[in-house]
Amino acid sequence: MNDRVLLHGNAGDAALTDSLLAPLWRTPSLWWMLFVVSCAGTVLFVFSIYWTIAKGIGTWGNNIPVAWAFAITDFVWWIGIGHAGTFISAFLLLLNQKWRGSVNRVAEAMTIFALVNAAMFPLLHLGRPWFFYWLAPYPATMGVWPNFKSSLPWDVAAVTTYFTVSLLFWYMGLVPDLASARDRAVSRARKLAYGIFALGWRGSGYQWQRYRIAYVLLAALATPLVISVHSVVSLDFAIAQLPGWHSTIFPPYFVVGAIYSGLAMVLMLLIPLRRAFHFEDVITEAHLDRIAKLMLAMGLMLAYSYAMETFMAWYSGDHFERYTYLFSRPFGPYAVLYWIMTALNVLTPNIFWSRRLRRSTPALFIASFGILIGMWLERFAIIVTSLNRDFLPSSWHFYAPSWVDFGLLAGSIGLFGMLFLLFIRYVPTVALSEVKRLRLELANEAAGEVAGA
Amino acid sequence: MRDRDWPAGSFAAEFADANALVAAVRSLRARGYSGIETYSPMPLPELDATLRFRKSRLPALVFVGGVAGGAISYFIQWYADVYAYPLNLGGRPVNAVTAFIIPTFEGTILGAALVAFFGLWFVLRLPTYWHSVFDLPGFERATVDRYWVAVSGEDARAGAEVTPNELRALGALRVVVLDGAEDAGAAGGVGLEGAR
Repeated sequence: MNDRVLLHGNAGDAALTDSLLAPLWRTPSLWWMLFVVSCAGTVLFVFSIYWTIAKGIGTWGNNIPVAWAFAITDFVWWIGIGHAGTFISAFLLLLNQKWRGSVNRVAEAMTIFALVNAAMFPLLHLGRPWFFYWLAPYPATMGVWPNFKSSLPWDVAAVTTYFTVSLLFWYMGLVPDLASARDRAVSRARKLAYGIFALGWRGSGYQWQRYRIAYVLLAALATPLVISVHSVVSLDFAIAQLPGWHSTIFPPYFVVGAIYSGLAMVLMLLIPLRRAFHFEDVITEAHLDRIAKLMLAMGLMLAYSYAMETFMAWYSGDHFERYTYLFSRPFGPYAVLYWIMTALNVLTPNIFWSRRLRRSTPALFIASFGILIGMWLERFAIIVTSLNRDFLPSSWHFYAPSWVDFGLLAGSIGLFGMLFLLFIRYVPTVALSEVKRLRLELANEAAGEVAGA
Repeated sequence: MRDRDWPAGSFAAEFADANALVAAVRSLRARGYSGIETYSPMPLPELDATLRFRKSRLPALVFVGGVAGGAISYFIQWYADVYAYPLNLGGRPVNAVTAFIIPTFEGTILGAALVAFFGLWFVLRLPTYWHSVFDLPGFERATVDRYWVAVSGEDARAGAEVTPNELRALGALRVVVLDGAEDAGAAGGVGLEGAR
């Protein structure tokens, strides 16, 4: 069937390579426009950080009992977005899904940049971020060591490991493509720069054979991390006693939500990218269709999780649990946000039952945008609506964010955009060797023979 | 074979596509050549059996890295919370094995991943910024759309009279002697002009 094709066009491998490397050599004016906007966002981010550090954490809206608010919402949101990259590149590699080759690089880059952003928020939330190294187990003169029975050092371990492994995986995948960029670069400076990062790769049979072993090993190691990172993040909540947090469903529920929001971000990045650089032949409608199907599956699992946690709150018979889930969230001070979140996260993905909408870029783009907002609101609902009305009504307190909270959120999106734009400008955006390999296999299949057999 | 360096007088031949290279390598192997290596812009797993690489030690090293990473992370937690700074938190055991599982798991993955990553570059001896094949004319397309095979000049089967002709008969676009300066055409009778 023609519309399931993963690779269109029949230009030679050289033409394919050049078209995929084109963003490295020429800069469309749209790129500059977006770059200026995202730089402005980054400036806002830096200024908000400066303000937080110079004036103190009191410039944020949070206060007891809502000690966690925007910062941790942003943290969980960014970490969640960072899940789709490794999901697409590692999970799908192990499952031998050939379509991943066209989109994995973008997804991995997105993961790394999302994690950079995510790491900023707990750091700033420390209040005195310059003491972040107190989290590390080192022989301090104070004689104090971190308490590893707390979920917060688990979080540090999980997030730093995930970041490191994602970065190594990304770079290992890049090396052969950097060699292509080196050999295609026109200017000497570019040749030198790509050459240094390509490590002298020459594509010998021995190199490829060992490389494949190491790449699959890294994929196999990264796969459990996809599951573990957000599970560990969810334990920050789940091992606390607070109604709305204290729940065994949290680890899988968080992982599903994370992959869901990550896939939405992948689509929001891929759709303009393939349009701007004419990658439609490589990132085809079949790719978008598959990501949309995954998103639909994740959305349904998430809807199930919402239903289950609400049911369990009622079924537990616990007064406080029932209050949080059945009264505070749907009818409390943040009820509007709760219903917007439910509508966006539960209803939106159902449009992807339609095959036509799975292949419509405007529908995908708008739905992804809605899902990203919905997922941010979900974390806000979990964190703020649980904290602002806990056990004792006398300590209830309404939370409202300050401009610094908004500045940090908007600014982090700006920084993410800036990093991503730099990535598409300087790094091969599509895994060239994998796309060429896919083309060889498709051609040999079409010719009714496997290479050389 | 591993292409640490090519002895002078080795042969390199360029092919236009992957299927031609795979067929050529299999044919060379069938004719008794053993010192063969390929250069390609994509992995060619169908040649694994033909090129006969030694079994990789990387998986074993990665396993050791994982075990070491796990052991080190458990030790750090034990040292901090049991030995150096024990805290009584609600009467729970100081050596809280269940709580320590998570950083231990992360340490295991991290140790294994670091070994997989740096181990690969170690076994490949990368970065190595110069190699004799880089001097081959047109070799820069080996990472784009051309496929090369090199035959060691020390291979018992190889010879300046026979090998270039055999390579050309297998469909090579051109054959070059691997010290880069000389054209095998001098021996085989066809110059570099045939190359595209």
